[in-house]
Amino acid sequence: MKPLLKFFVIPAGWLLLALAAVAAEAPSGDTPAIRQQLVQTILSSGADQQKLLGGLSETGSKLVGEVLLSWSRGGVYLYPASDGSQVPVLLEDSQDATGKARAIRISDGQFLKDNAGKELRFGDSELTTADTDMRLRSTIRQTLDTLDLSSPDMDTRWSAVTKLGNSQKPMYVPILQARLAKESDATVKRAIQEGVASLQLNDHDPAAQITAIKQLQALNSIGNLQTLQKLAADQKSDPQVAKAARQAVDSIQSHIWWVNFFGTLFRGLSLGSILLVVALGLAITFGLMGVINMAHGEMIAIGAYTSYVVQNLFGTGFAFSINLPFSILGKQLGFGLSLPGLNATGWFYQSYFLFVLPMSFLTAALAGLVLERAVIQFLYRRPLESLLATWGVSLVMQQLFRMVFGANNVQVNSPTWLLGHCSLNDISFGYNRLFVIGFAILIVLGTWLLLTKTPLGLLIRAVMQNRSMASCMGVRTTRVNMMTFAFGSGLAGLAGAFLSQIGNVGPSLGQSYIVDSFMTVVVGGMGSIIGTVYSALGIGISDQVLQQLLGSPVLGKIIVLTCIIFFLQWKPGGLFPVRGRSLD
Amino acid sequence: MRKPTNFELWFVGAAAVLLLVILPGLNLTPPGTLLHVSDFTINLYGKYLCYGIVAISVDLLWGYTGLLSLGQCLFFALGGYMMGMYLMRMIGDLGQYHQPIPDFLVFLGWSKLPAFWQPFSSFAFAMLMVIVLPALVAMGFGFLAFRSRIKGVYFSILTQALTYAGCLLFFRNDMLMGGNNGFTDFKFMCGYDLRQPAVQRGLYICTVLLLLGTYGVCKWLTNSKFGKVQCAIRDSENRVLFSGYATAHFKLFVFVLAAIIAGLAGALYVPQVGIINPSEMATDKSLEAIVWVSVGGRGTLIGPVIGAFAVNAMKSWATRAYPDLWLIFLGSTFILVTLFMPRGIVGLPAQLGGLKKRWLNRKPVDVDPAVTPKEAELAKPNPK
Repeated sequence: MKPLLKFFVIPAGWLLLALAAVAAEAPSGDTPAIRQQLVQTILSSGADQQKLLGGLSETGSKLVGEVLLSWSRGGVYLYPASDGSQVPVLLEDSQDATGKARAIRISDGQFLKDNAGKELRFGDSELTTADTDMRLRSTIRQTLDTLDLSSPDMDTRWSAVTKLGNSQKPMYVPILQARLAKESDATVKRAIQEGVASLQLNDHDPAAQITAIKQLQALNSIGNLQTLQKLAADQKSDPQVAKAARQAVDSIQSHIWWVNFFGTLFRGLSLGSILLVVALGLAITFGLMGVINMAHGEMIAIGAYTSYVVQNLFGTGFAFSINLPFSILGKQLGFGLSLPGLNATGWFYQSYFLFVLPMSFLTAALAGLVLERAVIQFLYRRPLESLLATWGVSLVMQQLFRMVFGANNVQVNSPTWLLGHCSLNDISFGYNRLFVIGFAILIVLGTWLLLTKTPLGLLIRAVMQNRSMASCMGVRTTRVNMMTFAFGSGLAGLAGAFLSQIGNVGPSLGQSYIVDSFMTVVVGGMGSIIGTVYSALGIGISDQVLQQLLGSPVLGKIIVLTCIIFFLQWKPGGLFPVRGRSLD
Repeated sequence: MRKPTNFELWFVGAAAVLLLVILPGLNLTPPGTLLHVSDFTINLYGKYLCYGIVAISVDLLWGYTGLLSLGQCLFFALGGYMMGMYLMRMIGDLGQYHQPIPDFLVFLGWSKLPAFWQPFSSFAFAMLMVIVLPALVAMGFGFLAFRSRIKGVYFSILTQALTYAGCLLFFRNDMLMGGNNGFTDFKFMCGYDLRQPAVQRGLYICTVLLLLGTYGVCKWLTNSKFGKVQCAIRDSENRVLFSGYATAHFKLFVFVLAAIIAGLAGALYVPQVGIINPSEMATDKSLEAIVWVSVGGRGTLIGPVIGAFAVNAMKSWATRAYPDLWLIFLGSTFILVTLFMPRGIVGLPAQLGGLKKRWLNRKPVDVDPAVTPKEAELAKPNPK
């Protein structure tokens, strides 16, 4: 089982690194200086005030945004201090019974106190507001708009840039250009260039318009496609401009085609990986051992529910109780279980997924072991009947899930580091999908190593090729069968842990994958791991491509199934048939 | 298989009299009397009998030819849908929207009947399609599958995929076959009001007759030379092939025949149950049909019908008595039957007889005094 260990350790290392990256983020900004600047701005007037406001937009501080916003709404008050000066204050949101609230000094963020050190409380009307006029308010609004441009947070900057770029107001062009010179982040830089070009499209000078169009074409700006199309179709515009716009539209459309192409490919790859993870366990139990395990889907569900239980054990705990509709001596029969939780928070809670992986493998493997001992070991000579018995097992297990976890789907929260996505050249890659792909590679590698490089793998292959011969050579076939079946089921459990991160977890989770995974194994060729890999990826990608082409997921699926039936005409043994001399 | 035994003849005769004469007769007695059989019971038995017909078709494939098809419910549903189309036309303008076309088409924005719906106003055409459509689908699929010698587990998985594809197809609204909801709310059939107990009784009697007819045809077929080849294919297909028989043709014939039988059962099922929707094609339903055969006893012709009755009666009882646990009952039954009753209910007497014989003929354990325990230890094979 050594390779198994190996492939748990590797992802664990990765995950720790990812966690460390999330934890590091520090606040920034020189607060006292900014506060002084604010006070000065509020107390000054006329042209000075306008200039000071302009200066405030450079700070990018959140505090400035809050104060300015409440100022423009009349929420900044002036408190006459004992020395005759005015102190600008904000009133706290929470009021006491008499409708009064504590006042916060803007200059240092402390509560206003009288000489005795007692906190002063004011009603709305007891203080004079710092007045604003129309002109000041519009300047404040402008400052607020550009304030986020200097925010230390990249996402805030990016959304501010996008907002200004889409505003259609050419007056922001110099502001954006000024920011461009200072900007260090590539994504935001790109967004600024796009925004400037988009604003310049409305310029009256055809030369400037053409430069902007060229710029948008070079940036492959999808957001501006509609505007460009309008420009290209507009009869009134300059013919040169229209021509340039047409070129840009063509270029952007071909870019979109490529983005969709690679996006589809990526989604196909990730769907294929899911299929692969789901079908790999089946490739072992069905492909190698020849057992039609209709309860394979429920093994997947066991893995998924294990991740739910582990998550709850890290949170508030897990409990269930079942009442049976039978009673003995007037006492109703029933059973239940209650486990206390760790009440973990923060990164510790987020790390629950690291425990989910081994746990779901082990639980499902244990369930597989029980199933093999209790039912399947009697049916190795009657493979078609193993289908019926295991279907019975699947019904029983589904009902048990319903009784323990309820008939509705349960909520499994993904760890934060699996949420979100990164985009490269407009193609977005979801982290969970990337993770599934990476995980599928590891799992296949682990299985392959186990089957080809370990003594257990050798025994498994020997028993599967010729059971009686292996037995004659002294291999304990019953034990090998047990281990193989448990391993296949464990892989299904791992698949379930993954499915819990991408989809719903419910009692019939396994049912939705069972047909697909059987098809995957049959197309790949029974008994061939590499065949399963190829067929899973092939089915996944063609499914996504057909979906994209036909615009309907169901029709795509039907066509894939029909294609598989025809494919088996051509290669009845699957992609990689296992050759042998036996006739049946 | 061989000549019908006396017991089987008696059993079939008695069942025929009971189902065909006594039950409908008791249904005619006024409600409230001791022996009265309610309309509900007649309707329920009609449903079970339809399942019994499907079970015979499954047995013809699995028990006699060794083809475990997971697609019988597809043919059953196809037959049902063809009948459903005729029944939908017979509603006329009595639907919710009072339009001359079925309600769901109005809902989808159609004002005229689509071309392929036109001929279904005729009962004869609908009946023809009940037979032809399942046969055509079975022929196409079977030809491809048997030509490339797909068998065993592969055949099962492929038929399951076919059913799944069909199910997905009928779930689509664009198919114009009622989508998710299917067809329901039927009113008339051949001018008779389907809501009348007498009409339901008539349908029930038709079902019994179809079951008896199916039994007769299958009995004759399996007793003929054809049946011998069938069983030979089941037991060793390659020997049959090397003896010069085109096994693919035999299998294709059986597959198409089974599809037609299932289609007919579906056509009688729909007017009695009053609804047909794509969930009838779900892969579970095919598995259930196989379980009926397995419980009743495969390789016999009365077994499947007994199995269909027994399992469905148990299902009806358990869903009412233990709504939370009935799936567990059902599942455990399948496991136990597969493990301990490989010959089903019909084979139970023989199985018990065999056990009794073994018990009576048991021998005391041999104790050879010539071998000492020490020697026995040495003679044991080396572990590992």
